[in-house]
Order: sequence, then structure tokens, then C-alpha cells
Amino acid sequence: MRGRDVLTILDFTRQELETLFNEADLMLSALEKGRSLRVLEGYVMATAFFEPSTRTKLSFQTAMLRLGGSYIDLPPEEASSRAKGENLADTIRMLDSYADMIVIRHRVEGAARFAAEIAAHPVINGGDGTRDHPTQAMIDLYTVRRALGAVDGLTYGVLGDLKYGRAARSFILGLSLFRPKKVYLVSPPQLACRRDVLEILEERGVEYEETGSLASVVGELDVLYVTRIQRERFPDPAEYEKVRGSYRVSLETLKGAKEHLVVLHPLPRVDELAFDVDYTRHAWYFTQAAFGVPVRMALLKLILKG
Amino acid sequence: MERELRVSKIREGTVIDHIDAGRALHVLRILGLTGAEGFTIAVVMNVPSQKLGKKDIVKVEGVELKEEQVSKIALIAPSATINIIRDYAVAEKVKVRIPPVVEGLLKCANPNCVTNMPREPVKSRFKVISVRPLKLVCEYCGTELNQDDVIKQLTGGAA
Repeated sequence: MRGRDVLTILDFTRQELETLFNEADLMLSALEKGRSLRVLEGYVMATAFFEPSTRTKLSFQTAMLRLGGSYIDLPPEEASSRAKGENLADTIRMLDSYADMIVIRHRVEGAARFAAEIAAHPVINGGDGTRDHPTQAMIDLYTVRRALGAVDGLTYGVLGDLKYGRAARSFILGLSLFRPKKVYLVSPPQLACRRDVLEILEERGVEYEETGSLASVVGELDVLYVTRIQRERFPDPAEYEKVRGSYRVSLETLKGAKEHLVVLHPLPRVDELAFDVDYTRHAWYFTQAAFGVPVRMALLKLILKG
Repeated sequence: MERELRVSKIREGTVIDHIDAGRALHVLRILGLTGAEGFTIAVVMNVPSQKLGKKDIVKVEGVELKEEQVSKIALIAPSATINIIRDYAVAEKVKVRIPPVVEGLLKCANPNCVTNMPREPVKSRFKVISVRPLKLVCEYCGTELNQDDVIKQLTGGAA
């Protein structure tokens, strides 16, 4: 994996992800023991987030610091040359000349691939438009592995905006690299999973079923991946109000669920995941967020040093 | 050919044969020809073809095609043969082919694709998934283009 770009989860094989997860276990163990790691000492990462982010940016930066490295961050629009009209290509060229790797998030699809073509150093996609968020998928799959021992053989439910949500899309694509027992795609019909993702599931022999009803499948699930449905995706506000109630998860919704059900959410959550779930044994989403650091540490190390 | 066309052989020019039936007019649009130019053009449409079942043929006097035009024609007539005529004889015969990746000729249909961003030095790039039916996928954002999309783009509107 050394020197590689990370643009989409499908760039990776199952074996490579397992190597990543093993490395992440080591990182997690080192963090828990308070051991100081210097493996990326002297390396500099550039974070170029053209779209807001809390977790992704901070966890990448933390990961770098925990490995003894450091980072530079592209400041908000007003303060930087972009306000003067500099294009993305020139901005990437600049970062490429200062740092050993670039992590980019952008609202435009394909921005990360474009940046990777321009930069000589590795580029990691921190999220491009409604398309890909490969490192999120890595963290999500790692969390399942830690929680339930394996990714294979489980029944998954992916809930919410499956059409525009890049975390959901990347998670589903990530699952296609493994052998889940079944994947339920639960969404309002207007936000159903896109054809190209379904084709990939079919090509890889993943059994899936699309449904609008969480209640009808919740009892079968081992993992429930919850994502937010954005108001902006519904031009008619009344329709949004009508729809969103059916895609919320609360203690009530989980009444018939398996005891070991793992509930994940890429965060931030608004009201689609109720606070009363936080205190149950199903709530794995905060741990999932915390795993962002060891997983990204593992990724940075593998890419910069192999 | 002699039985079908009551037009005398051209001295210098181009014959585009094995065009998918019904698309000859699109080919003329791609070549920017309306007939107002003054030189001889012959168009035959929906005639029998061993290779395609039915085909169109376009014969243009005094015109040799540029490379970009040949690439565009390939996208709407993937089986076409281009015969370059000099001194009443076929001097060169070229079978068009669609390359595995099409760069620059087409526009991505996704307004939010990086290739549509103003002032970025990036050309569109499409991977050819299949020729018949035509299916192209943007290498940057994954958006698909089909035959109708391509015809509309290359002929500037009416498919």
C-alpha cells in the first residue's frame, strides 16, 4: 500500500483491508497503553478540507500527531489564496510541494482523483461530493470486526439516504469486498441506492434487498448503519416531514432487535438517532468515531512507510 | 454500390460506409455540412447491409476528415468504414474504432463533476464499458452516458 492514493474503497482488496485492520489493532493497543509512537516522525500531512468537517479532519490530524508526525492545514476560504481566485490545481500543487501527503475533502465529485493526478505524493479522499468516503468505510468495517469478530456472515441494514449519502455508499461498497449474509437497504423510495452500487453488489454475489420499512427487518439484523436524511434532498418540506419519521432510530424502534445488534452512525447525528439509544449496549457509534484515530493511524503508516 | 447510387463516382473525397441505420444526418452534423457548401454530397439511408442488417452511407466530394471528426463519428457509428477517395479510387480505408478511454470529446452530464469546474486544467475522461449498446462512464465521478446522450452532445441537440 506504500505510496498509494486512497480514492475509493473499491481500490482495495479484502486482504489489504485486513492488513489495515491488523495494523489498526496494533495502533489501538499502543494508544491504550499510552505508548509513544514515532514511526512518522519528520513527516508532514496537508489537510485540504474545502467542505466542513469535524471528525474526519481532526482524526486525521490527531492520527498524524500520534505517530510523531505533523500537519499543515489549508485555512478557511477567506484567508487563503482561493479567495483570490486560485484554482484547485494550483492549490494542490502548492500543498504537494510542502507536504508528504494530502488529505482532501471537496463538494465536487472526482476532486480527489483530480488532486491525485496532479500531486506526486499520495492523496487520500476525505469525501468528494455525494460519491466516496473510503476512510469512513474502513473505520465502519473495522468497528464491525471489533464488535462482532468478523465482517462476513452477518446481516446488515443500511438506513437513510442511500442515494446521496457518501458514507452509506462507501459502506455498502466496502461490504461488497467481504461476504455478508445479507444486506437490507432501507430508505424512502426517493433516496434508494443508485443503480451502479446495486450492480456492484450483484456482480460480487452479495445478497441484498431494498425496503422502505425498518420495522420489518430490524429483528434480523446484526448491524444497523444509520445515516441522516437531509432536508435539502426534499424540495417539498411537507414531504420531508412525512418521510423522516419512518427513518429514525430510537429505543422503541429497537424493541424487536437482536441483543447483540450493533448500531453504527458516521456522525454527526441530528435526530435520526435518538439519545435514548446512547445508553444501550447497541450504541457503538461513539466507539466507531473513536476508532477513526487508530484506523487512520494505520492507514497513514501503511501509505507513507508500507 | 453501383446499383444503389445514381451518382457518378467522386474524384476526390470521402465515403463513410456502414453507418448505423438512421444516423447519416448526425454524421453530417458532426462534419458541419449542410449542403450549402456547394460540393457534392450523397446520403443513402436504411439500405440493406450484410454486416449490419441495415445501414446508411455518406459520400462527400472534396472533403477529407480530420482525426477529431473520425473519433466523433466512431461514437455514433462504431462499425463505420471511412474510404478516402483520390483520383476516383479508394486510396485508404480506415475502420473506425472507439478507444477504451474517450478523452476530451464529450462533456460529463453531472454538473457537480470536477471536469465541469471552470478554470481547472482537467479534460473529461470516459471509460467505455460497452460499445453496443454504448455505455460510457466518467472516470472522475462515475456518471454514465448512453448512445442518446452521446448523439445529443455531438450533434448539438436534436437526437
